[in-house]
Amino acid sequence: MVAGFVFARSLALAEWPKVSAVRLKAGFPAYSASLPQRPASDLLSSAPPSLFGFTKATSPLGPSRSLQTKASHALYIHIPFCIRKCHYCDFVSYPGRSPEEMAAYCRDLEREMALVSQKWQPGPAATVYIGGGTPTLLSARDLEQVLDAVARYFGRQPGAEVSIEANPGTVDEAKLRDLRAAGVNRLSLGAQAFDDDLLGAMGRIHRRRDTYQACELARRAGFSNINLDLIFGLPGQTLDGWRATLREAVALQPEHIAAYSLQVEEGTPWGKLAAAGELPLPGEELELAMYQEARVILTAAGYRQYEISNFARPGYQCRHNLTYWLNQPYLGLGAAAASSWQGRRWQNYSDLHQYRHTLSRGRLPRAEIETLTPRQQMAETMFMGLRLLAGVDLQAFRQRFWVDAREIYARELDRLYQAGLVEEKNGHLRLTEKGLPLANEVFVQFV
Amino acid sequence: MTEQKNIRNFCIIAHIDHGKSTLADRLLEYTGALSKREMVDQVLDTMELERERGITIKLQAVRLKYRARDGREYVLNLIDTPGHVDFTYEVSRSLAACEGALLVVDAAQGIEAQTLANVYLALEHNLEIIPVINKIDLPNAEPERVRREIEDVIGLDASEAILASAKTGVGTEEILEAIVRRIPPPRGDREAPLKALIFDSIFDSYRGAIPYIRVVEGRVQKGDRIRFMATGAEFEVNEVGVFTPAPRQVTTLAAGEVGFLSASIKNVKDTRVGDTITSASRPAREPLPGYRRVMPMVYCGLFPVDSEQFDSLRDALEKLQLNDASLSFEPETSVALGFGFRCGFLGLLHMEIIQERLEREYGLELITTAPSVVYRVVRTDGRVEMVDNPTALPAPNLIDHIEEPYVEATIMTPKEYVGPVMELCQEKRGTFLNMDYLSEKRVALKYDLPLAEIIYDFFDQLKSRTRGYASLDYEVKGYRPAELVKMDILINNEVVDALSVITHRDQAYHRGRALVERLRQLIPRQLFDVPIQAAIGSRVIARETIPALRKNVLAKCYGGDVTRKRKLLEKQKEGKKRMKQVGTVDIPQEAFMAVLKVGKS
Repeated sequence: MVAGFVFARSLALAEWPKVSAVRLKAGFPAYSASLPQRPASDLLSSAPPSLFGFTKATSPLGPSRSLQTKASHALYIHIPFCIRKCHYCDFVSYPGRSPEEMAAYCRDLEREMALVSQKWQPGPAATVYIGGGTPTLLSARDLEQVLDAVARYFGRQPGAEVSIEANPGTVDEAKLRDLRAAGVNRLSLGAQAFDDDLLGAMGRIHRRRDTYQACELARRAGFSNINLDLIFGLPGQTLDGWRATLREAVALQPEHIAAYSLQVEEGTPWGKLAAAGELPLPGEELELAMYQEARVILTAAGYRQYEISNFARPGYQCRHNLTYWLNQPYLGLGAAAASSWQGRRWQNYSDLHQYRHTLSRGRLPRAEIETLTPRQQMAETMFMGLRLLAGVDLQAFRQRFWVDAREIYARELDRLYQAGLVEEKNGHLRLTEKGLPLANEVFVQFV
Repeated sequence: MTEQKNIRNFCIIAHIDHGKSTLADRLLEYTGALSKREMVDQVLDTMELERERGITIKLQAVRLKYRARDGREYVLNLIDTPGHVDFTYEVSRSLAACEGALLVVDAAQGIEAQTLANVYLALEHNLEIIPVINKIDLPNAEPERVRREIEDVIGLDASEAILASAKTGVGTEEILEAIVRRIPPPRGDREAPLKALIFDSIFDSYRGAIPYIRVVEGRVQKGDRIRFMATGAEFEVNEVGVFTPAPRQVTTLAAGEVGFLSASIKNVKDTRVGDTITSASRPAREPLPGYRRVMPMVYCGLFPVDSEQFDSLRDALEKLQLNDASLSFEPETSVALGFGFRCGFLGLLHMEIIQERLEREYGLELITTAPSVVYRVVRTDGRVEMVDNPTALPAPNLIDHIEEPYVEATIMTPKEYVGPVMELCQEKRGTFLNMDYLSEKRVALKYDLPLAEIIYDFFDQLKSRTRGYASLDYEVKGYRPAELVKMDILINNEVVDALSVITHRDQAYHRGRALVERLRQLIPRQLFDVPIQAAIGSRVIARETIPALRKNVLAKCYGGDVTRKRKLLEKQKEGKKRMKQVGTVDIPQEAFMAVLKVGKS
């Protein structure tokens, strides 16, 4: 059995019965692997395809909506705390909060879980992802409580993927063991770079040796699925420097590596420097060279690129993130967390007081709710799905929206084919080699 | 109806920023036309745009009641005038409606070129001129120097010039008294056949076109049948009124009075500035002197970014034309930009104002092509053709020669900038006429200059080379032959017609270089290399290449914030939408105006 595509398929199955499972198998040849992380049968039995909703549906959108509920879903939990904001970070995270405040936040999370689970009755989660901020800034006790609450209010499917993000400077062996014991089975370390000067310049609180140590401790604590986040295109970074980063990352033998290109965001310290022309960013050509270098080095080291920025050893693709890319339902908990559920998207309040206050009045802390038109859902399915190297499954698209992507996007696709950015292969639409670093130019065609 | 001896009609002549609007506000406030509370700053400048730019574009007329020291109550009609060279004709018409003028001069800056031009106009109309030296509250005010300047330059007796500060209100009463004492009351036989001068008109969606009039002879009232002497159109008067500044109906307007009338006039074209209104039943024998049809001096193409806005653009232009008969337009088709309009304007400022109003008030997104003057093209077969659009220029082998409009420009500058100004005029193909010392410190230079150079970047250059101290006025003098060529711009090896310009042969190389360089900066990178060339005929004179875009990826979305990602993409898409696809290249709107901006960077 093939592990890599099983994850995709378990999600897919919920929505596209039978036929798509077969098609998918053919459609994901790149994911053939030898060592499934978990028995595939677990996943298959845990996500029974709901044929009912499909056959009963009368409106074209009926199936996808009804099938989305009760199907396997993903749970995201946002921990908006960190020790210090990195210079490039524009995520919702509040530095320097007291342990009491953080503990109180965890109680808020529980309250939200109670409301959310009652309202949507989503059933057990296929994946849980605790992100931040720096989730590992919370005490082991707090984190255990959060995970306990997840188990109580939602439950986890057998073999569920449970990830946590960690700053290498914030973990010790005891905490890692506790997390492992609490059911966390995937650790995502924000290594970012291995050059201490660069790390310092980024405003990171950790150094190279912290990453080494965190990896070792994680292995010792029993983590068999570790991701390292890396960033390239940093100010002052050279191609050689980036190569060294990649080699060190590979030497640590993580199961998964995410290599992101630096995005300088407005309003961050680096954003301000860049606006003033004082940030020595590598040029586009160098950035492109860094990206291609990552692809070469990581592929040579046995990682498979399965998404624009993500590389995994066979069987270790991040199932949680696949939920996003396949445009499947997920619920977000915590301040600023985003959800996608039954054709709607919403985001929680970022402000902690507002988040808490709304919950204390027994209401969901949703700041913005957006009901997506079918056209928007299609657009999202396209531009998220095209991030995957396998591309968008055309059959699945048709079963979900009752239209052929090739027809509805005929004009756009024509342009993209001509520009050589997209190709159709094995029933999938996917980015070409040339299209990969120009993905945005492709995505923009669909919105 | 007010007795003529109790009426004073006046206007204010001032350079931009010398405080005309503020002074008008003070007069309104002082005479109680508006209470302090009702006072929106600078009431006369009603258009938002005018207020932002601090200049008056559209004229207005306000009736003020003033009880003078002699105990009598006077009706003062303040007729506002635009302070820009584009509108010289309109100024002359509003001057013709007055018996006197306040000449407002900034106590720190002295007389400027346009002020002088307008004062001469006022003197031609035999207006009584009352000098007002404004802004005496400024620390660098030099009222005595300015007083001498008024005497030396204009030759006016400035011994009785009023020292004022419109800001603080100093001098306001003195000004009002001087208006009453020094400006003569209007004359004109109230029993003669009607002659009323149109000095402005506005369009009201309920009442139609409303002419602002100065009754010169006779009288007009509701129910009268009137005739516009230039157009011959006849209407029945629905109402006559005055502005206080709010419009108020009156029974009659008689010789000497200023106000408005409405007569269900559908089109402002029927209410041409300078035309004479007379009675249809008892017409005057001849119209008032001085009417002429206003001819556009500057043309440009206006194209909707979204071709579906073509009809909206036409509607908007028609509406603007209702209020502004000097605006002309006709459909134009461009290979690059699709369907749009070739529009004619009095000058550059007029053009910018119309563009801004179209975008702001009518929500249109426009691409504007570089402005052009009207060339006189003499063909080899002797036929003469007026060409206002570079793309309409006949093939070179059919042209005997081309003539371009010239102006006589007056530039006033502090004497330390005479060198730079002369240099600029030389660069702009000017011919020196003469130079006068206005005072020890200031100089007036006269040059013959091609109008095309003035609309190119002359004014900006003048401002920057004299640190804003020089002022410019000009008058169109006629046509002269010149070595002119059409320069085409090729993007991705295709001629983009909307970017073609007519330029002097000697300047073509320099402009071509600057333009392709500028376009290289303005046009975003595409998925392929894009060559940009400037060419005269088939000869390429400048070339740049925009390298292909190589990388454009969004980072991951944290916690599945797809909405944010979609919004980023939507924004990018919006950006693309605002561009014009020419061939396979996306060209942003600014690029089509780039030809104007090259000199500025």
